Amino acid sequence: MPAALHAEWTKLRTVAGPAWLVAAVVTLTAAVSALAVQANSCPSGAVCAVDTTKLSLTGVQLGQAVVAVLAVLVISNEYSTGMIRVTLAAMPRRTVVLGAKAAVLSALVLAAGVLAVAGSLLAGRLILPGHGFTPAHGFALLSPGTPSVLRAAAGSVLYLALIALLSLGTATIVRDSAVAIGIVLGLLYLFPIVANVVGNEQWHRHLEQVGPMTAGLAIQATTDLRSLPIGPWAGLGVLAAWAAGALAVGGLLLRLRDA
Amino acid sequence: MTVPTITPYRSAVPEGRDGFAQLVRAEWTKLRTVRGWIIGAIIAALVTMGLGWFAGVGGASSCNSVGGGPARSGKSCAPSFIEGPGGEPVTDNFYFVRQPLAGNGTITVRVTSLTGQLPIMNNGRGNPNQQEQFRPGLQPWAKAGLIIKDGTTPGSAYAAIMVTGDHGVRLQSDYTQDTPGLPGAVSPANPRWLRLTRSGDTITGYDSADGTHWTQVGSVRLGGLPQVTQAGLFTTSPIYQSLTENFGGGSNGSEEPSTATGVFDQVALQDSRPPGAWTGSYVGSGDFSPGIGSYRQAQDRFTVTGSGDIAPVVSGPSGPGGPVITIANLLIGTFAGLIALIVVATLFITAEYRRGLIRTTLAASPRRGRVLGAKAVVIGSASFVTGLVAAAAAVIVGEDIARSRQFIFPVSWATELRIIVGTAALIAVVAVLALAMGAMVRRSAAAVTLVIAIVVLPYFLAIIAALPDSVADWIVRLTPAAAFAVQQAVPAYPQVEAIYSPAGGYYPLPPWAGLLVLVAWAALALTAATTLLRRRDA
Repeated sequence: MPAALHAEWTKLRTVAGPAWLVAAVVTLTAAVSALAVQANSCPSGAVCAVDTTKLSLTGVQLGQAVVAVLAVLVISNEYSTGMIRVTLAAMPRRTVVLGAKAAVLSALVLAAGVLAVAGSLLAGRLILPGHGFTPAHGFALLSPGTPSVLRAAAGSVLYLALIALLSLGTATIVRDSAVAIGIVLGLLYLFPIVANVVGNEQWHRHLEQVGPMTAGLAIQATTDLRSLPIGPWAGLGVLAAWAAGALAVGGLLLRLRDA
Repeated sequence: MTVPTITPYRSAVPEGRDGFAQLVRAEWTKLRTVRGWIIGAIIAALVTMGLGWFAGVGGASSCNSVGGGPARSGKSCAPSFIEGPGGEPVTDNFYFVRQPLAGNGTITVRVTSLTGQLPIMNNGRGNPNQQEQFRPGLQPWAKAGLIIKDGTTPGSAYAAIMVTGDHGVRLQSDYTQDTPGLPGAVSPANPRWLRLTRSGDTITGYDSADGTHWTQVGSVRLGGLPQVTQAGLFTTSPIYQSLTENFGGGSNGSEEPSTATGVFDQVALQDSRPPGAWTGSYVGSGDFSPGIGSYRQAQDRFTVTGSGDIAPVVSGPSGPGGPVITIANLLIGTFAGLIALIVVATLFITAEYRRGLIRTTLAASPRRGRVLGAKAVVIGSASFVTGLVAAAAAVIVGEDIARSRQFIFPVSWATELRIIVGTAALIAVVAVLALAMGAMVRRSAAAVTLVIAIVVLPYFLAIIAALPDSVADWIVRLTPAAAFAVQQAVPAYPQVEAIYSPAGGYYPLPPWAGLLVLVAWAALALTAATTLLRRRDA
């Protein structure tokens, strides 16, 4: 296994693409978060029902798309270049190959996620007080010392890693980068878009409980937890189930099919 | 000795034509013979329809959800609306002090004051048994003035000239028409004279600031007006909504009736009959009729209080009675269909690069711009047909499904046609954009992500994510997501106060202008792709 990990890390490290994508994850997430914070304000005297932690982490909703691309390419690039045959000839135990890919990818995305989330929270901490979200107005400064903020931040990093695993599993199943990205982005964004027009409360709630993004991002909420369709950690669990399911099916197909 | 002459070989087969039509045929053959792409297009159509029908089934909110809103009567949860002369849902609730107007005639009045009462809102959490509390205040679209109406049945044709809370004098007719007159608020020091004249089917409105110098505000034709109409004074004031914009998009509204009181004098009604007596009554019925109103007459001075509105109903989260579904909801599956077709359209060119087929293609047809043009024609037409079938099925069948369960906002057949054809055009242009992006970046993963990021993500950010309406408005003006304006089912009426936000289904651009924004993006991408295809080695 250490050799497999080392091999996968070398593949990832020595191509330019992943480095650019990691940089894009960090900058896009932080930039969109900063923009979202910049666009909101709470006029003095008004009562604002704003979850500032969640607002500061808005960029994750875009950053996850880049994470998905990175994760899909980790395996689908090997299929498009034929590299997968070399890989499997060198390491015939296919589950180990997929496991090594998943481990290296998770580590990379966790690292990128920490930077992205830290950047987003920093932007929130710097910009929010200037927009009326001051301690005097009932909004504490964002700080990783607050348990709920820490949970939202750490959860967002885990969320990105789970999105990467879901994407890796999907790409292993379909073996084509375009189709895999289409499926992953569809899974992520379609649930909230469809739920938005479903007025029936129960259906709406169920859709949000099942969708990998709507459930997973429950981890970012720090206020009014009761109105969430699903609890923060339970929501992240739903996403983890999606990722585990995709990886399991992908691993099985990898073992059964010719490469 | 003779030197043998060598005749170079010439094929007996006549030379093939090398026109654009042959190129289109070649590209169509490539598209249709890849099984995965055909499956992709079929999946696109199926999910578009399926999600639309799903939205049709699950669109309704359950009955007990609207806090503070008017109670719904009967078994049906759907609010019942009355229909105006044009078939659109309207509200027609006001207090009417009237007498019959026989044939042609003129009615004139002076309005000296318009004041109002607004409810004190508890954001819907108040005790429903509690006595309603009011504070002084006037709705911007509170109305008081003259009206000539085809009887007292709600929803019947009318023309009215009125002073309003914030919008000066207006001439309105048949619910949707609105013409501005003199600006400024009315007060005892600054009264307004109003006049309506009927001549056949034409009603003309005049206003004046001094009672001697009159200006024509406009004239309207009301077809089929009976010989004897009802004419007189009216006052009304729209439902007051306290709206709070939620973090995460959307807004919460709670609604209570407001009232307005207009003071009139110097009433003069001239027609073929001797002057009669005035009678007052409340016009309006239905779930959203507040039913509040009264009038008092002292000499020639009338004080009329009323509540309600004479206006078209708007849909969306701020409409009366909460969310009402429109046929745009039935097209929510467009997003799923788009993603599938974006993948197919991108692969249509990137697969050639991956397999090296592009070299054969360009060897066979060296004029590269033409090759890309033929590909665009083929993928655009195929996507248009797929989109047309899917959108038509989603809307037509979805409407049937939805109608048996809930109220679906009625629209004219022209609007319905525009939405279906517009959606197909949107899908076709996005496919061409995806093709161009694929030709530019030549990598399927990057191209698919870029196209989804500029088409679907802006919609997501503007409508679902946490962006305020002002930012959301700009996103759906500038990005390719502007094209979703073509799906707007219900027009925004400036004479009805509501939040017209993208989240509620109202786009800042008119439908075809929104589609043009997308066309501009696609044209730009296609130009860039052609340039790059010509310059680079394949």
